[in-house]
Amino acid sequence: MRAPDSILPLRAEGLGFGVGGLRILQAVDLAIEAGAPTLVIGPNGAGKSTLLRLLHGLLGPTAGRIAWSGPASDPARRQAMVFQRPVLLRRSVLANVLYPLRLAGLDPAAREARAAEALALVGLTELAARPARRLSGGEQQRLALARAAALRPEVLFLDEPCASLDPAATRAVEGIVAALAARGTKIVMTTHDLGQARRLAGEVVFLHRGRVLEHAPADRFFAAPAAPEAAAFLRGELVW
Amino acid sequence: MQDIGSAFAMALGLVGAGDPVLGEIVLLSIRVSLTAVALAALIGLPLGALLAVARFPGRAGVVVVINALMGLPPVVAGLLIYLLLSRSGPLGSLGLLFTPTAMVIAQAVLIAPILAALARQVLEALWEEYAEQLRSFGAGPWRAVPTLLWDGRFALLTVLLAGFGRASAEVGAVMIVGGNIEGFTRVMTTAIALETSKGDLPLALALGMVLMAVVVTVNALAQGLRGVAARWAG
Repeated sequence: MRAPDSILPLRAEGLGFGVGGLRILQAVDLAIEAGAPTLVIGPNGAGKSTLLRLLHGLLGPTAGRIAWSGPASDPARRQAMVFQRPVLLRRSVLANVLYPLRLAGLDPAAREARAAEALALVGLTELAARPARRLSGGEQQRLALARAAALRPEVLFLDEPCASLDPAATRAVEGIVAALAARGTKIVMTTHDLGQARRLAGEVVFLHRGRVLEHAPADRFFAAPAAPEAAAFLRGELVW
Repeated sequence: MQDIGSAFAMALGLVGAGDPVLGEIVLLSIRVSLTAVALAALIGLPLGALLAVARFPGRAGVVVVINALMGLPPVVAGLLIYLLLSRSGPLGSLGLLFTPTAMVIAQAVLIAPILAALARQVLEALWEEYAEQLRSFGAGPWRAVPTLLWDGRFALLTVLLAGFGRASAEVGAVMIVGGNIEGFTRVMTTAIALETSKGDLPLALALGMVLMAVVVTVNALAQGLRGVAARWAG
């Protein structure tokens, strides 16, 4: 099924992360395969953002290891990440999309083409010349998505991309995420919004107090969660 | 001792009439200080950016030294450059002492630490915001330096203006290495010092007015830049 040079599946083996005496993630074993979006859910402080940063390589694990597949010499170049609060450069919308493309070593013509395509995908073509940081919150997050999408990553990590957005902006972001997933980009996304998880998830990773308690296809997870904590979380009880 | 009121009137007359001696002094002042700022920026801004992103043993010490050098007394900077450029000094053979070039060097030495220290502060805050995103793009600290210099451009322009203000207002360094030679190395601050001690208050006051006008203009520019920066930085 998978392309011969794919960097997936991504495997985490005995993954742990701690700061000082505080253990944020413990003994995480996970295999993330190509396919429908993987939604990482769980209560606040469960370690969702930390898990994403470890998988993307922004943090180094204090235990265990992360292994990408395939012969790709540099899997870091085939993934991208969008943060909860978009970090936009103090440049125009277009320049923001062009910046990582130049870092990726694309020639100018290819950069322009990719940027135009990505801005069209998120509906920001009209605003290309505007200062990026004057956009509304929703537009900023769409720009962050365009910037990541322009890199054509095989895996796209999204850390609570809608956490501070209103419903309309959230719908727009979800539409873009779904479009990217349909295009074959593997989405790995955290959310604390169960409705959003139901709408987007192909499979669910349930994190609780730094441990993966369940990793299941979305329909099975939402219908009959195996872990009691997951069941309580789905019922809307306060678990932490 | 002249009446101060008539001194003011004569000073305004000199400025209004575009007195050639006055004009020459003003132009040399601006030329020397602008060149010094450009020279200091070439060293100070990249150094500040490097200190903002680099983490190495002894970094805290370097930051303390540069911050301390911000307060370097102009006469001490002048003395050091004088020793370097004097006939018996290591660079004496260049024959630069008592030339505008020597004044440029002295002012550049004086303000390079100011530019470096202010740039570090400004860019460190920017790096804190950008670091994770840039690493996600595969850009390490070295690649971040030009990015930070560009994205911090408005803040850095106000840093440059601060450097220019300091350079154009100092008197000790240019007096020592320039020698205040009429028609050659006489600038506004050294002329004011000299004319005041000679009792020629109109010329001193006229120069003082021009110097104030320059400083006000610089600050107005800085304020305008902050407006533009706010538009881009959000």
